[in-house]
Amino acid sequence: MIKLQNVNKYFGDHHVLKDINLEVAEGEKIVIIGPSGSGKSTTVRCMNFLEEPTSGEVFIEGNQLTAKNKLEVVRNSSAMVFQQFNLYPHMTVLENLTIGPIKLQKKSKKEAEETAYRYLDIVGLREKAMVYPSTLSGGQQQRVAIARSLCSEKKIILFDEPTSALDPETVQEVLDVMIQLSSMNITMVVVTHEMGFAKQVADRVIFMDEGTILEVGSPEHFFENPTHERTKEFLSKILR
Amino acid sequence: MNSTNPFALWRWEALFQNFDNVGSGFLRTFQVAVLALALSLIVGMIIGILSTAQNWVPRSIARVYVEIFQNIPLLIQIFFMYNGLAMAGLVLSEFTIGVVGVGLYHGAYVGEVVRAGILSMPKGQHEAAYSQGFNYTQTMRYIILPQMVKSILPPLTNQAVNLIKNTSVLAIIAGADLMYAADSYASSSLNYGPAYVLAGLLYFLLCFPLATFSRKYEEKLKKNDSIVVDIPEVME
Ligand SMILES: Nc1ncnc2c1ncn2[C@@H]1O[C@H](COP(=O)(O)OP(=O)(O)OP(=O)(O)O)[C@@H](O)[C@H]1O
Ligand SMILES: [Mg+2]
Repeated sequence: MIKLQNVNKYFGDHHVLKDINLEVAEGEKIVIIGPSGSGKSTTVRCMNFLEEPTSGEVFIEGNQLTAKNKLEVVRNSSAMVFQQFNLYPHMTVLENLTIGPIKLQKKSKKEAEETAYRYLDIVGLREKAMVYPSTLSGGQQQRVAIARSLCSEKKIILFDEPTSALDPETVQEVLDVMIQLSSMNITMVVVTHEMGFAKQVADRVIFMDEGTILEVGSPEHFFENPTHERTKEFLSKILR
Repeated sequence: MNSTNPFALWRWEALFQNFDNVGSGFLRTFQVAVLALALSLIVGMIIGILSTAQNWVPRSIARVYVEIFQNIPLLIQIFFMYNGLAMAGLVLSEFTIGVVGVGLYHGAYVGEVVRAGILSMPKGQHEAAYSQGFNYTQTMRYIILPQMVKSILPPLTNQAVNLIKNTSVLAIIAGADLMYAADSYASSSLNYGPAYVLAGLLYFLLCFPLATFSRKYEEKLKKNDSIVVDIPEVME
């Protein structure tokens, strides 16, 4: 579904991703962990070309992503959930959910709204359809953002630290929604430090350090006997 | 024998007996201002969007436009349209010159406001739109411009105020506007005092509500933690 092949990324002469190789199968749930600055965000952002790799290839459903076809591939295949939600503040919740399907997937307004209400039910916010995002709590906004990512019914959803900007009390409501998603056949790549979530849904956990993938394994592997010293050090910090 | 005081009562009476001219000058100024404002908004929107394009060609076009219109006095631009174009065979009415001249000139300033507005929108909005598959034009049309309008309303209104005041350059080509009407009445009747006071008052009547709205609206935006676009006041 997603394949990164020898991906390198430089910001100026800062080598941020070093020869990343990663294959994600259809429906697989991947959690990426690692210290700040290790390249987690850059890695997921390469998967929809929000960042273009300096060298190496990215394949989505077998198609190589290029500067030319990236919009078309993104439009057809992937959605993203951001740390800062990035809802459109001038639109109601319902409009946030339907603008993409109406303008990009050419759905009728009625059809798009039916879909939107279906996903608002899943994230538990049907009654907020007509309000503006600024009236919602952080957790609610992120649930709307997740509903928005679901509305265009893409096969891939990328999450970049979806709960890091939230008050501790509202983290769980967002994680619960994400756990619910994991039973749908969606390929999920999630940057997060929520190890409880990783344990519950991840097929594989990827530990990144200084621009490389240092260790890959099941959540159990990471909890029970991580191989690398760096991994142990990192996990002991976040699991404390 | 009438008092010689420049603001003597009889002078005011005389002025109001001749109010027709000043009144139609006021109307003319109002019409020119409204049409020029409309033109400047259209031009400014286009220039602002061009100036934030990824490609350098539209960006350069916008830059050249802004630099030319901002760095040559409006008066010279008006003279150019009045005399220069006439010599080249294109004779425009004073009214048209007012609308087009003032409109194009302020289009450059509105363009800078629009540009600042577009650039003030958070990067996350562009990224969210891109991650859904919106292209540049769609992102501008559905996401960036609609929310930008609110935050640029105060500086835009200040532009409108400047524009109204700047329509007074029409007096110099006998534009039959408020300034011209007041001035010609003043010099024919020697009632300078009341004529200019009245003209000033009428300009004030147009501008003050707008300026007040702009200030109030900006305060409101700040209170709601909305994005406020601050344009350094470089005019006049
Ligand atoms: N647009 C950019 N320009 C320059 N440097 C960047 C840019 N984006 C990221 N970097 C740098 O690249 C490195 C990796 O950044 P990245 O955001 O991928 O890390 P991360 O693992 O997501 O960290 P965090 O946990 O803090 O989000 C960092 O050193 C960061 O400063
Ligand atoms: Mg990050």
